Amino acid sequence: MKRNRREFLKLAGITTASVIGATSGLTMAEASGSGEAKHKAILAKNQKALTAKRWGMVIDTTKLQTASDIEPIISACHKIHNVPEMTNKNHEIKWIWEEEFKHVFAEQEHELVNERLRHLPFLVLCNHCKNPPCVRACPTNATFQTKEGIVMMDFHRCIGCRFCMAACPYGSRSFNFQDPRPFIKETNKEFPTRMKGVVEKCNLCAERLAVGKLPFCVEASNGAIIFGDLDDPQSEIREVLNTNYTIRRKPALGTGPSIYYIV
Amino acid sequence: MLKEKRIFNKKLVIAGLIIFIGVITFPFWFNHAKVVAPPEVKLTEKAKEAKECVLPDKVKMRGNHMQLLDMWRDTVVRDGNRKYIGTNGKEYEMSLSNTCLDCHSNKADFCDKCHEYASVNPYCWDCHIDNPKETKNNETQ
Ligand code: HEC
Ligand code: HEC
Ligand code: HEC
Repeated sequence: MKRNRREFLKLAGITTASVIGATSGLTMAEASGSGEAKHKAILAKNQKALTAKRWGMVIDTTKLQTASDIEPIISACHKIHNVPEMTNKNHEIKWIWEEEFKHVFAEQEHELVNERLRHLPFLVLCNHCKNPPCVRACPTNATFQTKEGIVMMDFHRCIGCRFCMAACPYGSRSFNFQDPRPFIKETNKEFPTRMKGVVEKCNLCAERLAVGKLPFCVEASNGAIIFGDLDDPQSEIREVLNTNYTIRRKPALGTGPSIYYIV
Repeated sequence: MLKEKRIFNKKLVIAGLIIFIGVITFPFWFNHAKVVAPPEVKLTEKAKEAKECVLPDKVKMRGNHMQLLDMWRDTVVRDGNRKYIGTNGKEYEMSLSNTCLDCHSNKADFCDKCHEYASVNPYCWDCHIDNPKETKNNETQ
């Protein structure tokens, strides 16, 4: 069978038109069918929710002198987020933990470093970087940055590839090598646990900010951690940054940490 | 010269065919034999009091609760919005354990019963607490 150019164009035109017709028909059916309720329902923030352009923290190490100053902060966080206490150190899960100067500020370390700093326990957690390498490494967008600068995990999308762990220069991420549930002493029923095969880390208490509460570590720190909007020049945290000398972890990497330390 | 076409081993072939047809139609006649009654889901006192679910239409809720939950989790985790004002004007906190299971605290007799019947096995409970109410009383377990 031979078809001339004119016939071919006619046929192509009819096909295109019918495809367009069919798809728009489908979309309309969708809108008036099951989607209906979604269009009318309203999704909103809680009115009490705390908001910012970019959340940040200043950790005042002069107020956290000993391990016993730090321990309650760590256990507060780990308790409300159902962070398990693994018996096997290699399987350890941590959202916020204690570290020595030589590890926290490795590039500042030298043999004559001040005695106080050398033995001071430092509180470390996810830096909620402005330019987070973990987000770039994640192949499924499970890790992402919110509009308020929080580096978040969407556990529903995590496939456990651990690229983010390799990308993070601060060791802020932990992998669930086993089911964490048997290792949670007291479960907080209001917050989900995690499961074997996903990565987890600090979420800057997004679930608390959403209902107008400060991150739990800030609340448990007796004023040693100052929390606020780094992009608001009037905020308390900016005042603290302005009146104190502060340092950040591994600034040369260009990740732009949002956690500052007064040392 | 061509040979006459005919079936060899006629008996075997026909018996084989009957068995073959029997096997491939197995699911049809097997299921036809027994009718499984759909489960009767039980509502808690709290749910009965509320009268309506999140989508006021029960049939929609039955058919679309998975999409609703998907939308809830994306909205909460990705957009940071946690309040849902339904078409009935009622306000809900978008939470699987803290909202759905607040009314449907009889998960075993409600969600599970129906899912068992429908052969679905949501993996949500690997992380989400499936008894937020029950064990509040006897917390030290
Ligand atoms: C790997 C662990 C994990 C699995 C599996 C999981 N979730 Fe989640 N889910 C979470 C975490 C963690 C949050 C964040 C809670 C928060 O910020 O309050 C969350 C939040 C949610 C939320 C919004 C907040 C809330 O409290 O419910 C919904 C809705 C939700 N998930 C639905 C589901 C559904 C439906 C499934 C199963 C199809 C599922 N999730 C499976 C970990 C998980
Ligand atoms: C305020 C209480 C309340 C909350 C919260 C609630 N439900 Fe319901 N749910 C009900 C009531 C009442 C019914 C029965 C509605 C009817 O009979 O018309 C129902 C019905 C249903 C049904 C249909 C059952 C059937 O008979 O086929 C499903 C499925 C369901 N709910 C799931 C959910 C899910 C999932 C959530 C969370 C997103 C949820 N419910 C939250 C009260 C509630
Ligand atoms: C009336 C029966 C019925 C009840 C009651 C019911 N479900 Fe379902 N649910 C289903 C069916 C059927 C499916 C599978 C739909 C599909 O595969 O398309 C399903 C699927 C789901 C899924 C998605 C599973 C997946 O693997 O994608 C989730 C999540 C879910 N249900 C949660 C709930 C929760 C939570 C409750 C109780 C509050 C509940 N359901 C009560 C019938 C029910």
